Order: sequence, then structure tokens, then C-alpha cells
Amino acid sequence: MPLLKNGKATQDDWSFVEDGVAPSDGGPVIVSFARFIAEHEALLASNHPVGVRLANSDAPEQLAPWLDRLSLVELSFPKYTDGRAFSQAQLLRRRYCYKGEVRATGQILRDQLRLMIRSGFDAIQFDDADAEAVYEISSRELSEFYQPAADTSASIFLKRHGKA
Amino acid sequence: MYRYDEFDETLVRERAKQFRGQVERRLKGELKEEHFKPLRLQNGVYLQLHAYMLRVAIPYGQLNAKQLRVLADIADTYDKGYGHFTTRQNIQYNWIKLADMPEVLDRLADVEMHAIQTSGNCIRNVTSDHLAGANLDEIEDPRPWCEIIRQWSTFHPEFSSLPRKFKIAVTAAETDRAAVRIHDIGLHMKRNAEGKVGFEFIVGGGLGRTPYIGVTVREWVAKEDLLSYLEANMRVYNRHGRRDNKYKARIKILVNELGLEEYRRQVDEEFAAQNSWEKVVLPQAEIDRIGAYFAPPKFETLPATSAAFDAFKAGGREQARWAKNNLRPHRVPGYISVHIALKPQGVAPGDATSDQMRVMADIGERYALDDIRVAHEQDIVYPHVKLDDVPAVYAALKAADLHPSNAGMGSDIIACPGLDYCNLANARSISVANEVQAVFADKEFEDEVGTLHVNVSGCINACGHHHVGHIGILGVDKKGEEFYQILFGGRADEKAAIGTIQGPGLRHEEVAPAIRRVIGKYLELRTAKSEKFIDTMTRVGQAPFKDALYASA
Repeated sequence: MPLLKNGKATQDDWSFVEDGVAPSDGGPVIVSFARFIAEHEALLASNHPVGVRLANSDAPEQLAPWLDRLSLVELSFPKYTDGRAFSQAQLLRRRYCYKGEVRATGQILRDQLRLMIRSGFDAIQFDDADAEAVYEISSRELSEFYQPAADTSASIFLKRHGKA
Repeated sequence: MYRYDEFDETLVRERAKQFRGQVERRLKGELKEEHFKPLRLQNGVYLQLHAYMLRVAIPYGQLNAKQLRVLADIADTYDKGYGHFTTRQNIQYNWIKLADMPEVLDRLADVEMHAIQTSGNCIRNVTSDHLAGANLDEIEDPRPWCEIIRQWSTFHPEFSSLPRKFKIAVTAAETDRAAVRIHDIGLHMKRNAEGKVGFEFIVGGGLGRTPYIGVTVREWVAKEDLLSYLEANMRVYNRHGRRDNKYKARIKILVNELGLEEYRRQVDEEFAAQNSWEKVVLPQAEIDRIGAYFAPPKFETLPATSAAFDAFKAGGREQARWAKNNLRPHRVPGYISVHIALKPQGVAPGDATSDQMRVMADIGERYALDDIRVAHEQDIVYPHVKLDDVPAVYAALKAADLHPSNAGMGSDIIACPGLDYCNLANARSISVANEVQAVFADKEFEDEVGTLHVNVSGCINACGHHHVGHIGILGVDKKGEEFYQILFGGRADEKAAIGTIQGPGLRHEEVAPAIRRVIGKYLELRTAKSEKFIDTMTRVGQAPFKDALYASA
């Protein structure tokens, strides 16, 4: 499935390593949340860039002590109607000021791309023949926003008064 | 009333254009119904029994004449010449073609209206007191805060795929006309010990299959914390609300399963953890800007009484009755608020024809400072009418058959569309409501009975709010036959309570006679005419009424 990084189709170098399986040498690895909590010392001491896959019920708060050493956090949309990952992404970006990649996987509709961008996702696994073009259109369909979010756009409430 | 600036205008236009694209993709078959569904729902489009339905937001219930005329034009051009005003201050059209929807949204945008978030699992149209700005007992006008919440919640990126729909209501009056205790979040504006106005946060109310009265999570939240505290509540709900069963997905279930203490702890922990840059704080200039749109209109200095109005009341029984039942006191001398009960015999409660909408628009413009409200009782209200103009308003309403004098009375029934229109319903609502209305066809009898709220729902989703009617009627399906369960003792006001199911369901034709017996029991038991039905029932208990309900004639 194509991976869009900031809207551009990108080669995905990350691979998920199942619990109990040793990472092969070299490349960046994604591990489960439970495994990371259990093995974080060894994982972070290795030469692999480390990413963590959170289930929707996992609390990003628990990653806080190690966030500055994580290169990626993967969040999922098991169904396009399940919006828990929006809250997880906002927490990572705004509460913990996480600067690494926040990746969306799962069932993703083009009409949700804008919400994902605003929530702080910079990488989206998006299955569409025209992924880059669709991303470009979807991200621009609405040009103004009332509320502050994880992207850099200023809220209308502030813009109206020249405070942005 | 609030007027769009360039930002509001841009967003509503862009949204209409975006939805046009979604409809085109659907009609071309590029978008499956399964994937179109959550998109159309976020824009008020339902697939009903016969056709698509469009629900248009009337934020906190306020309209001007120009807007109401466009609603009438839409009814004529794209529907069958009428619209249905709902219990949540929306208007629904039941017969609009999907291909016409984008054009309808453009017409709405021309008059600063939209269908954004009127359905779907998101924050819905914010509702309020239909007498806001006019009534005697409010501490300040709640509408600026409704508008602020409307804007904040519009396209909120975090809260667009909640476990379930989310309804917020705001009141600033002692008498609760916005039913804040049966909303997901009810905000009751009140003063704290220092006299500052803030918000009581009432969370987890709601009807449907599992009715709950909301509980107070915080007695008082400062205005500057309103949106941030709302976000804390919404985030706890979005993360932890149940998603395994849509009937257990409302916030009321989360609050109930966690318990009030634990829910409050989680919200307060989330609120306390917000960084300064996470807070949603409006500049004072923005609060002032929005507030200025709701500044009181220029009321004339008038005497508290009016000879023309007094003569009107003395002008016959019908007029006197209308004046008694359909008018509400106004805080400014010489003014009054006028209710139009949209509950005539024989049509669905809340229905209005396009011609009636135009008449209501004309009257609103000419006599009511161009301020027209939709009430949760499915009535239309003019909050500001001069006493001197009441006779002319009445004459104009009467000419359009909009003068039923039953506001708040037994025949002023709240009902959902029921099996005739809705694909969720198990039973008809309109016909049973009409039969109960016929019990009160004798106006002298209806006056004798006085204040009485009857609510009818055609299924357990409770769109007719049967749990909070003094008498609630719930249609159920038993092996292909319609039956109606009767509830007693519900109310939606500041003493909000969930009604109690009395026993086995009645057949369609048994309902009205049984209600008549219950009314008879009330007339027998009340201590005085001034003791309302609900008060007698509270005093003596429900048992004698239940006996009357099931007494075979």
C-alpha cells in the first residue's frame, strides 16, 4: 500500500517485527506497544531506529518518557468510523510535542485526510491509484479552521483579530 | 442574530462544494454507499424509507424572515411543499433527491445556513432556549456561547468520528426550556459565589433505549475555560466511549459504567494536563464581536399594558384562549413572546407548508423584529412582539390556519415521524398522536385539563422524547402488530425525570380511550384547577392513573 509522507508517495523502509521475533540487523523496526514497554532498554540501545505501534486502546501517555528517542509512532483506524487515533495523535503532537513520524494505517477514506493532517499525522498509508493528487485536493478542500489543532494553521478566532 | 463574516462564508461555501464532489462520486458509482454513508451523515443526509432526507441546522433555533422564505422555496422546489421542524431546532425535508442536494446546500449558503453536522457521530447542532434574549428569568443571553460552540465544533478534526452522536444544549434561565438534562452535555449558565457567570456542566443525559437524566460533573466552569473543558470531556469520551455496541455508545453509558466520580476524575485529569497552547482561548475581542450580534434589539419605551391587547382578549372565547395559552411574558414592558403551535389536527406535529412558512416569515419581519425561533416543542416562536401588535399577528396567523391555541396543552403533542416516514420506526406515531389530539377536540375540555405534555415515539430510539412526556407513548412491534406502551411522570424541564412504563402495551385503537380515562382520573383527584396533571401525579403517585389506564371501558 502506498505511503504518503507529507503528501508525497514515499518508499516505506519500516518493517513491523512480531512479538518474540528478533529484529534482523539494520533497518528501522516497528514493535508492538506491549513489547516496547517490556523491552525498551534493549530496543533503544540497538542500532535500529525504533517505532511503536499503538492499538486504539493504548495510552500515548505511557510512551512519554521515551518519545524523544522514538522515530515513529503508528496509529490505526480499524474502521473509518473509529476516531480514537485522532485523539492519540493530538496527544502525541500537542501534549508531548512529539517530533517524529506519526503514521496512520487502516481503513482510510480520502475525505478523512484533512482531519488526519490537522490531527498531526505526517505519514498516511493510503490506498488510491492517484494518492498524491487526491491528498493534494483533500488537504485543500477547506481553507480555514475554527479550532486550534496539531497542524500549524491559525484558528479563525485568532485570525479575525490579527493574532495569528 | 449572528451574521457570517468572510471566514464563516468561505467555510460553508467550501463545504457545499466538497459535498457536491462527494455526491458526484456517489452518483457515478466511484463511492460505495457504505463509504458514502458516514460522509453524507456528517452533512445531514439520511437514507429514509422512501427517499433521502435532508436535515438543515437552525443553530440555537434562530431564523430571520429571509432564511425562512428560502426554507419555504426549498420545500416547493425540491420537496413536496412542506418541511418538518424537529425537537432539536432543525428542519427536515423528507423527499429531496440526492442529485439535488448540492443545489439545496448552495441555496442555504446564500442565506448563511447549512446542514453541517446535523447527523452522524459528531457534535450536532447546538440548541438553546427559544426565548433567549426575551424571557424574564435568564441571567444573560446564552446565544453568543451557542455560536462560539457552533464554530468551535464545526469540522473539529479530533471529534468527527466519535463513538456516537453528540448533542449539546445551553440555557441561561432558571426555567429550563432547552431540556439540558437530557443532552449529552447540558450547559446551565449560572453565577458562582463571587457573582461571576459560568457554566454548570451536566453530562450523560439522553433518551433512546437507555434513558438517563444527566449528572453534574462540575457546578461551575469559568467562561474562559468553556471550550477547553468541553475538549477534555470530548477527549475522554472519544477515547473511552464504547464502540462495540452502537446502543451502548452514547456518553451516558460511559458516565454510568465509570460512575460519576471516576468520569469526573478522568475529565479533570485531562483538563489539568492541557498545556497552555492546547487551551482553546478566544481573544476577548472575539467574544465581544460575537456577543455584539446578540445585543438586545431597540425596544420602544412602552407602557406595560395595551388597550388594543386588552380589547383583543375580551373579543371572544377563541382569542382569549389563544392569548392565555400561546403568549409568554417578556422582560421589556409592552412586549410579549408569541408561540405558534405547529400541531394542527391531521398532520405530523412540527410540519409546516411552504405557504405557512412564508406567512410566518412575513409576520416575523413586520411585527417581531425579524427574529423567529424554533422551539424544541416543535413550535415556532416570536420572542419580541409588541402587545399593541398582538391583534394583527393573531389575525395574520388565523388567515393561514396557524392559530391553534393549544401551546403547552394536551393536544400540543411532540411526536416523531414514525413508521409513515422513518425506516427505524416500529409503529405509526402521527396517527396515534392525532387520535389523542381528538380527545382534546373540545377546547373547553382541553382548557379544563390545562398544562399537559404528551409525547409519542414510534420506536425505542425515542425521537418523540416519550420518556419525558407527562404521558409518554411508545410504539413497539409485536409479531407484526403495532402496540403502544404508556409511560407516566416524565418531564424535560429543570425537574427532569424519566417516565415509568405502566404495563403491557395497548393496541392502536385502545390508546386514545385509555388516555381519556387517565385524564378523567386526574380531574377527579386534583385538589384545584391550578394543580397541574404532573403535580397531581407527583402528589398521589402513579397507581390510580395506572388503574384508570387499564380499566376496560
